[in-house]
Amino acid sequence: MSQRKQPGTDLEPVAGNGLLHRRLFLRGGAMVGVLGAAGMAHADPLTVPEWATKPGKRPLPYTQPSPFEDKVQRMLPDQNPLYEPGAASGRTPHQYLEGMVTPNGLHFEVTHNGVPDIDPARHLLVIHGLVNRPLKFDVNALLRYPMTSRFHFIECAGNSASLYGSTAVKGSIQQLHGLVSGAEWTGVPLSTLLDEVGVDPKAKWLLAEGGDASGVTRSIPLAKAMDDVMIALYQNGERIRPNNGYPMRLLVPGFQGNVNIKWLRRIRLTDAPMHTRYETSRYSLLLADGKAAQFKLQLDAKSMITRPSPGYQMQGPGFYEISGLAWSGNGTVKHVEVSADGGKSWALAALAGPVLPKMLTRFRAPWKWDGGPAVLQSRVTDDTGYVQPTRDAILAARGNKANYHFNGITTWQVATGGEVSHVYA
Amino acid sequence: MFTRSLVAALLIAAPAMAAESPHFGQPITDADIAAWAIDIAPDGRGLPAGRGTAVQGEAIYVEKCAVCHGFDGVGTPADALAGGQGTLGTAKAIKTVGSFWPYAPIIFDYTRRAMPLNNPQTLTNDEVYALTAYILKLNGLVGAKEVMNAKSLPRVKMPNRDGFTPIYPGNLK
Repeated sequence: MSQRKQPGTDLEPVAGNGLLHRRLFLRGGAMVGVLGAAGMAHADPLTVPEWATKPGKRPLPYTQPSPFEDKVQRMLPDQNPLYEPGAASGRTPHQYLEGMVTPNGLHFEVTHNGVPDIDPARHLLVIHGLVNRPLKFDVNALLRYPMTSRFHFIECAGNSASLYGSTAVKGSIQQLHGLVSGAEWTGVPLSTLLDEVGVDPKAKWLLAEGGDASGVTRSIPLAKAMDDVMIALYQNGERIRPNNGYPMRLLVPGFQGNVNIKWLRRIRLTDAPMHTRYETSRYSLLLADGKAAQFKLQLDAKSMITRPSPGYQMQGPGFYEISGLAWSGNGTVKHVEVSADGGKSWALAALAGPVLPKMLTRFRAPWKWDGGPAVLQSRVTDDTGYVQPTRDAILAARGNKANYHFNGITTWQVATGGEVSHVYA
Repeated sequence: MFTRSLVAALLIAAPAMAAESPHFGQPITDADIAAWAIDIAPDGRGLPAGRGTAVQGEAIYVEKCAVCHGFDGVGTPADALAGGQGTLGTAKAIKTVGSFWPYAPIIFDYTRRAMPLNNPQTLTNDEVYALTAYILKLNGLVGAKEVMNAKSLPRVKMPNRDGFTPIYPGNLK
């Protein structure tokens, strides 16, 4: 027989500064009621609003969010400090989202020379190089292949780059960590097409190229391509939108976002990586000694608390649900811990399933805020045993010039008045 | 017995399953791919015919590149193309083509496919060789009248040629 705690004892904190047991949620809503404000009822009679007394609008062919949610927008380049000609981005507003899937209109993007208007009737995918039969595939042909559907995150290697800096940027989670999103992707396994062209045994890598005006090229190990790489045609059930690669993109699960070539037009099988601009000058990590770590392709485990996060105003002491996202490019989230005292003590968060490999996992933890200062952190462990490092550990190992792959623990400070801000621990 | 017949069944089934792939790909010749097959390998494989010098490149640079990269490649708003050699291990590392890029042929590859931003893939091969020569000259790596072509460009050794450590499939510390 299991040693279940009696109801009520779960309201005792399991970690410092009011963190409660994650099992609180599993018992249903009754416990939350204990924590809620149970003030005296006062006269406030209900009225019937106008939307209940006349017909609503007709259906639209493609619907939009409520006008009352118009703050839920992507953050665009003129709000980014490091704007450079050609490069542009749209950052996901994680502070307003829940669950593990990012809506298509809010999925992040980075483009290097604008979003092309590609006519699918004139687009082709060519596979050549070290193959037996160079082949071209038009979009309609690819749409006829047997499809596979999988949930995966994509994260820009430059996400969270400001945290390498010496000053904690007082931005929202969208500004700091908005270059990661998660979606269901449907398309054709690349291995199917590679079997069709017949890969020469000398081939060890492939070069994937985008068909837009930036022509990004990236080298990908053939073993990865044969494992789980997909020619993605659909995102969350609808055809991929132009800013995310219409009519097709490469999906390389767990690898840095730039490798997931959008507007994919060509794959060349090669015997070695090609050392393109985007895998030398960009997306390599310049370490303290001046050497650059290259082909650090997989994104290591990372987590972030999306609520409360900077911009969120606490509404007085009492019950809050801490909510966040965790992911690993090397596998599956095993567990997430949350701290309210700056890492002195930790409580296990509940994972909202399904917990999928190389996909965002939603975690939640009940918290009774006493109204005083609190320091919120989250820390993920993946199924390889990798534990998300502290920012200090990352700086000690890599220096502060690496720019990419920042996956350290982020710290939100909750002030006595309920203001939430980004700080360094 | 069961195991042997199962193995036999798999041996027969495997090629049959492969044949069930739709095979909707259409053959294409290298000649027909040529306009898209513009990637250059770090050792220079794929470099096209053509030639150019830094003197020729400077005129093109002033007209088409300086607006973003600054005169003499000093940068702003786009990347600096010159300078920074010897700074990578310091607190103020300056990453430029001259200080950071490991392979000269990749300058040709990237310039031809992506530059200038308002009209990529419109420069002639001679123009790209000339611009590449000019960027190398700004970094003190070739002379003003040194001809860059498919033979000479791969022979230019970039100062940071040995500055990269491949990580895949390992992990950072």
